Amino acid sequence: MTDTLLFKNIDEPGLNTIDVYMAHGGYTQLPVALKMEREDLITELSGSGLRGRGGAGFPMGKKASFIPKGDMQKYVVCNADESEPGTFKDRELIQKNPHQLIEGLLIAAFAVDATINYIYIRGEYDQQADILDAAIAEARERGIIGENIFDSGFSVQLELARGAGAYICGEETGLLDSLEGKRGNPRLKPPFPANEGLFNGPTLINNVETLSAIPSIIKLGAEGYAAIGVKDSAGTKLVSISGNVERPGNYEVALGTSSRELIYGLAGGPVDGRKIKCWFPGGSSTPVLTADDLDVGYDYDSIEAAGSMLGSGAIIVVDETQSVVELAYKLAKFYSHESCGKCTPCREGTRWTFHMVERIKEGTATPMDLDIMAAVQEQIIGHCLCVLGDAMAMPIGSLIAKFRDEFEAEIEANRNERERKLAEEFAAAEVEIEGISA
Amino acid sequence: MAEVRRFTHDSRIPGWDRAADLDKEPAVVPDAATTEVPPELRAAIEDGMRRFPVGDSAFIPALYAVQEHYGWCPPEGIEQAAAVLGRTPAALSAVATFYDMFEMEQLGRKSVYVCTNISCSLCGADELLAALEGELGEDPDVNVRGFECLGACDIAPMASVNGVYVGPIGLGEVPELARQIRQGDDPLPERQLLRRPSADPKVAEK
Ligand SMILES: Cc1cc2nc3c(=O)[nH]c(=O)nc-3n(C[C@H](O)[C@H](O)[C@H](O)COP(=O)(O)O)c2cc1C
Ligand code: SF4
Ligand code: FES
Repeated sequence: MTDTLLFKNIDEPGLNTIDVYMAHGGYTQLPVALKMEREDLITELSGSGLRGRGGAGFPMGKKASFIPKGDMQKYVVCNADESEPGTFKDRELIQKNPHQLIEGLLIAAFAVDATINYIYIRGEYDQQADILDAAIAEARERGIIGENIFDSGFSVQLELARGAGAYICGEETGLLDSLEGKRGNPRLKPPFPANEGLFNGPTLINNVETLSAIPSIIKLGAEGYAAIGVKDSAGTKLVSISGNVERPGNYEVALGTSSRELIYGLAGGPVDGRKIKCWFPGGSSTPVLTADDLDVGYDYDSIEAAGSMLGSGAIIVVDETQSVVELAYKLAKFYSHESCGKCTPCREGTRWTFHMVERIKEGTATPMDLDIMAAVQEQIIGHCLCVLGDAMAMPIGSLIAKFRDEFEAEIEANRNERERKLAEEFAAAEVEIEGISA
Repeated sequence: MAEVRRFTHDSRIPGWDRAADLDKEPAVVPDAATTEVPPELRAAIEDGMRRFPVGDSAFIPALYAVQEHYGWCPPEGIEQAAAVLGRTPAALSAVATFYDMFEMEQLGRKSVYVCTNISCSLCGADELLAALEGELGEDPDVNVRGFECLGACDIAPMASVNGVYVGPIGLGEVPELARQIRQGDDPLPERQLLRRPSADPKVAEK
């Protein structure tokens, strides 16, 4: 039904270079935006209904409208840290169409009058960062970044900053600290970055996909963009589908497309006709859904009504042959490794959860441990500076709630296995002792 | 319950003392006039400083420059960066130890990150890591390690070989990949992410 917007011509050879991008109509929306009044531009962005694609789904235009007016130095920071397990959409956008991101970012920068801007990309995306660096250099050479761009009187700078391996630097205030050259610990909010962000100046932070959608909004007009998708979930969304599916990859769909169509229609469903045990709808930080939820529309409100979140738009499919304990183990290991350690419930809670899942694997856990684990998750949720702790607690809590019998069965099986091994060792030791005494 | 493990100075945290020489007084800002800094290293750090209005912001680019120069972040490299930036070495070490990609110990210069997060492990990442460790674990030039999600779950199970993303890697391809890594050849060229077309059928239609 809907044409691709973000992925338009995405596999065109050389689209990452400025000439090919411009041959396909690139950098035609920026001059249009530069001729608009700032207020009208922000109204346009708000009217499009575009919501943040980084995880929280906050309306983009509204966030831009929070940036105070006045002569102070303002910043736009693009969040290209993309480290949420299961998510790889920003990577494909940066690698194949970096100029679309630059154009969107420059429009946002003009809207909030930010003259110094950064893209913060995760350090592991070395190849993508090189491509983006080259694209920024090209735009600078053509005068698209620099003084008085398109004779608008607006002057703008853009720099690329590389992270160095820390999931928490995707959290917006952790990202700001990292950009300032510190350890990436999140900050206490408020003040929110819109009031006090990078170098204490008002800062608009948006995800790569959010900013990349802006040129299409200017082109289609707010109404045209809002007409795509469903109520309160406007536009197209890149969905990263991975795990146990036939055709993993990024798919661009109108929000509201059925999840079944995404998982089975586009990604081909699990191999060998296996059944789906569960799926994460928005990256590993979101509560899992089951095969019963496949007909839920893939949009912010419907996924929320089903008890989860759209998150970063990353579906991870887990088929029936996988163990939920193993899933919980990987989750707990990841979040305890990535917890920045600033808040006790998150630092300790993630670690204890990890140890408890380890106990299940070793065969030393009891079914009561599940209640303790569930209680630990409750103690974390809402008690921390950022939502990293919640991001472990919610999926693990949902796994325990939905697959309790599988956890119990595995606890029992691993216990029996361990006891059997111990008995064997014991018997062997006795034989030895007898041998000595004889 | 097992007894709590204790490390240096009775600390419960392993490795905290690695970034510092505990026999010495805390280091002050190195003297820029007497600290010798290799010219390429200085140039790389200054390029980082150019990008930000505040000096501290260049810490991460400076640490990358040190790691590029020495293969890891050795105390003398940190001291040289500190001299260029006019900060204490401790300020830089404190930042370096937060991030996974800065090596505070000398390991192999060739890095092989194998993703072992959810999507990859659903597709056999743990076996891949074990196989690569088996092939390359003993090689002093290679640093094979498990890593969190590298943002390429579409090519699971995958690895980043000196920053080049490759996948999906079958267990049968591991010996070939290991040979390429040892010899410094392009890793599994036909499996590299940059050559992969989009999965979305709508893209191919046009
Ligand atoms: C632990 C944690 C990790 C996050 N990681 C990312 C990330 O990798 N990329 C991203 O765009 N947003 C991430 N976010 C969300 C950001 O804090 C922020 O909401 C987002 O960048 C805002 O942009 P948007 O409004 O365009 O979505 C993360 C949040 C948390 C709590
Ligand atoms: S919730 Fe966790 S990651 Fe977030 S600030 Fe607190 S300790 Fe750090
Ligand atoms: S889970 Fe391996 S790259 Fe994402």
